[in-house]
Amino acid sequence: MKQYDTVVIGTSAGGLGALTAILSVLPENFKLPILVVQHQPADADDFLHRHLNDLCQLNVKEASPGELIVAGRVYIAPRGYHLLVEESHRFSLSVDLPVNYAIPSIDVLFESAADVYKAKLIGVILTGANNDGALGLKEVKAQGGLTIVQAPDTAEVSCMPQAAIGMTKIDHILSLNEIASFLTKLNDVKDTDND
Amino acid sequence: MKNKKNIENDEIDCLLEAIWRRYGYDFRHYSRASIKRRIRHHMGLSDCQHISEMIPKIFHDESFFESLLNDLSISVTQMFRDPVVFNSIRQQIFPKLKTYARINIWHAGCSTGEEAYTLAILLEEEGLLNRAQIYATDFNNASIDKASRGIYPLKSLQNCNELYLSSGGKHKISDYYHANYEAIKFKQSLVDHITFAHHNLTCDQVFAQMHLILCRNVLIYFDKTLQNHVLDLCRDSLVSQGFLVLGDKENLDFTSVREDFDNFSQPHRIYRKRAGW
Repeated sequence: MKQYDTVVIGTSAGGLGALTAILSVLPENFKLPILVVQHQPADADDFLHRHLNDLCQLNVKEASPGELIVAGRVYIAPRGYHLLVEESHRFSLSVDLPVNYAIPSIDVLFESAADVYKAKLIGVILTGANNDGALGLKEVKAQGGLTIVQAPDTAEVSCMPQAAIGMTKIDHILSLNEIASFLTKLNDVKDTDND
Repeated sequence: MKNKKNIENDEIDCLLEAIWRRYGYDFRHYSRASIKRRIRHHMGLSDCQHISEMIPKIFHDESFFESLLNDLSISVTQMFRDPVVFNSIRQQIFPKLKTYARINIWHAGCSTGEEAYTLAILLEEEGLLNRAQIYATDFNNASIDKASRGIYPLKSLQNCNELYLSSGGKHKISDYYHANYEAIKFKQSLVDHITFAHHNLTCDQVFAQMHLILCRNVLIYFDKTLQNHVLDLCRDSLVSQGFLVLGDKENLDFTSVREDFDNFSQPHRIYRKRAGW
């Protein structure tokens, strides 16, 4: 089984429920860091990562600039900033123009993560109402990474999964439960690996 | 044998070195991921197929450099962004500045100037504007030109009154500008107290005797070396017990000036230079 280093997840409308469904069932010993962009209004409070942290066995926190990305943690992009990954596996933030009307933008995170992790990245697109993330997921695939999209007929809002499927030959199109068990199985493999 | 991505990184190194040698703008200590994205974006708009093709243009075509610089340095700002911070500046910092006969404020990295006008409005409402001068600087000349004109699209002020009120605003935001068709121009009484100027934080000198410095969402673009350089500059520009305000995701932890400042309001990223400095 091919080894992966990191998971990136992008979602918009309906994302809270979808993220909860996946992240809350991942085991405490999950080995990969998970980097999440969830579109939020600029005046949202810090409910999202606190809420997820309460429900998940994994430690969920907001990503800070310069912070080293650590295995087994879930990092949420702060509202009002693009989140990027540096070669040093640390986060950086920017207040550049919105991309696809969004800041943070899923494309921005996915493209910078694909640059760094290349074939060792898993990109996941979930429910959402615009096409942010489609280009980013295409770049994940171009770098040899694994692509997963929530099955549009299971998504609260299907635009974002559909846009991603329209642009790239997706490796796995799955329901939320299936995505969660896929990631968990991957972790079991990694667990028994000596690497 | 290097793969395509490694070659691209080398090309970016060479491009940034060329910009540094030819024009003295130092992007070598910027966070690489953002810079890379901006360079790729600019390349997409040009007729270049590879980043290295931009290097001869940098050396021999100043207008090409100007437009690249504009793309490399653009950052998004708005009036009263983070109103709670401005409320805190109003409620907590201004009372401490009232004792000074003249108040000097440096807004470092002011971009297109919206927050400089925000500050001027706050000072006006607290009765301090007539003895205050705001020095608002940026290294992007196009941004400074726009800021000095003080003219903004009316639609850029959408939701602005709400933000203004949450920052402790006492009147209406529309009291401070003239609207004409789709544009607004800030009143001359505000403009008179702001000096917009070109200043490059990577290589230019300190501003002396500042009582308050705003340097928000500037450090996030820099590596540790450049962050420390800029923070040294801020410390040396402040009077004893002067105030430094950073962006809401920035802080002084693990920087070279940590011991030179006290936390004044941690949630709002407000620091105060220690006495004796």
